[in-house]
Amino acid sequence: MSGDKAEDEESAVGEEGEAVVAAVEAVAERIETERDRLTDLDSAIGDADHGGNMARGWAEAAGAARDLGDPDPETVAKTVGKTLMSEVGGASGPLFGGSLVFSAAELDGGLTKESAVAFAETYLEKVEERGDARIGDATMVDALTPAVHTFKKSIEVDDLPPLDALAKAVDAAERGVAFTVPIRARKGRASYLGWRSVGHQDPGATSTLFILEELLAVAADRLDREVPDVDATSPTIPDDAEAEDESPEGSK
Amino acid sequence: MSVGLVVVSHSERAAEGIVEIAAEMAGETRIEAVGGDGQGGIGTVPADIEDALAAAAGEAAGDADGDGDETNGVDGVVVLVDLGSAVMNAEVAIELSDVDAVVADAPVLEGAVNAAVAATDPSATLESVREQAEAAADISKV
Repeated sequence: MSGDKAEDEESAVGEEGEAVVAAVEAVAERIETERDRLTDLDSAIGDADHGGNMARGWAEAAGAARDLGDPDPETVAKTVGKTLMSEVGGASGPLFGGSLVFSAAELDGGLTKESAVAFAETYLEKVEERGDARIGDATMVDALTPAVHTFKKSIEVDDLPPLDALAKAVDAAERGVAFTVPIRARKGRASYLGWRSVGHQDPGATSTLFILEELLAVAADRLDREVPDVDATSPTIPDDAEAEDESPEGSK
Repeated sequence: MSVGLVVVSHSERAAEGIVEIAAEMAGETRIEAVGGDGQGGIGTVPADIEDALAAAAGEAAGDADGDGDETNGVDGVVVLVDLGSAVMNAEVAIELSDVDAVVADAPVLEGAVNAAVAATDPSATLESVREQAEAAADISKV
């Protein structure tokens, strides 16, 4: 979909692949640390398996990513997606893993701000499509949508550096997670609880936030920068017609 | 041309049992059972479903009918699923597979029996078998 493979020097691709592997390892470690917290969240409204399933899946995925040798980012993403798909179980397998398998192709030209936006958009689209979930259903979509929208807008409209855009996306995801607390679950096992699901934080939205936080931490580390201190609000009000006219292409 | 069937359940034994019942009505139709998390537990795995799709399409058998391709006359596969993530994993498997397949929005057991009967029709197509499987949603029992 994007990028020119030929332009990438091999060393750059290797370095990018290495960075993505480091990110996967960081996510695996974080999910393991948060295993009990995710399980507690899931036991309130679901079947108490999200922490264990995700920890096992990401540990396997980190191992599979490490075994790749000197991969490009697309290969890492695809491998991690396939591993999550077979190891996580439940709906999280196809949602977290399947979506990654299908969005990995956006990284075929390497990691650029354009390919990162395309990857994020395709990932969100796949999660929505597979889970048939929309914003406000109290699912991972509630964390992912504001994160992807904020990332895209920060890159394409505000022209922020990718690390700042990612930091803003993480803040947006955090607000999305908070939004899952006071609303009623409409998808997944939590929806069986009806009104009793109100007042509970969604586990899938929470693990989505953890993943994004680790991507940000590793990106900052690789760039040798502090994590930018920003929030999801806009630095500018876009007044040019181009930004306002933009139709929501890509969404169905 | 013919249509193959795959039955996906969270339980491997449930899938096999459903296939056992449907096979009574299935004649020569290829019908594959797939289920379980691959480690003896409850769940579904996309890669296993992909393999079942290939088997139902006759790919694993090679060119058994000797017509030069490995589809052996099967032009598509209708997939019956039980609950929740089985649906998602079946959709992922279909998207990854070369086999032309569709998920029937049907109760898994009744749908499998209906589909098995429909697939024995010499003029059966992917659509006609799916339609008959989905008609099982209207079956009234009492």
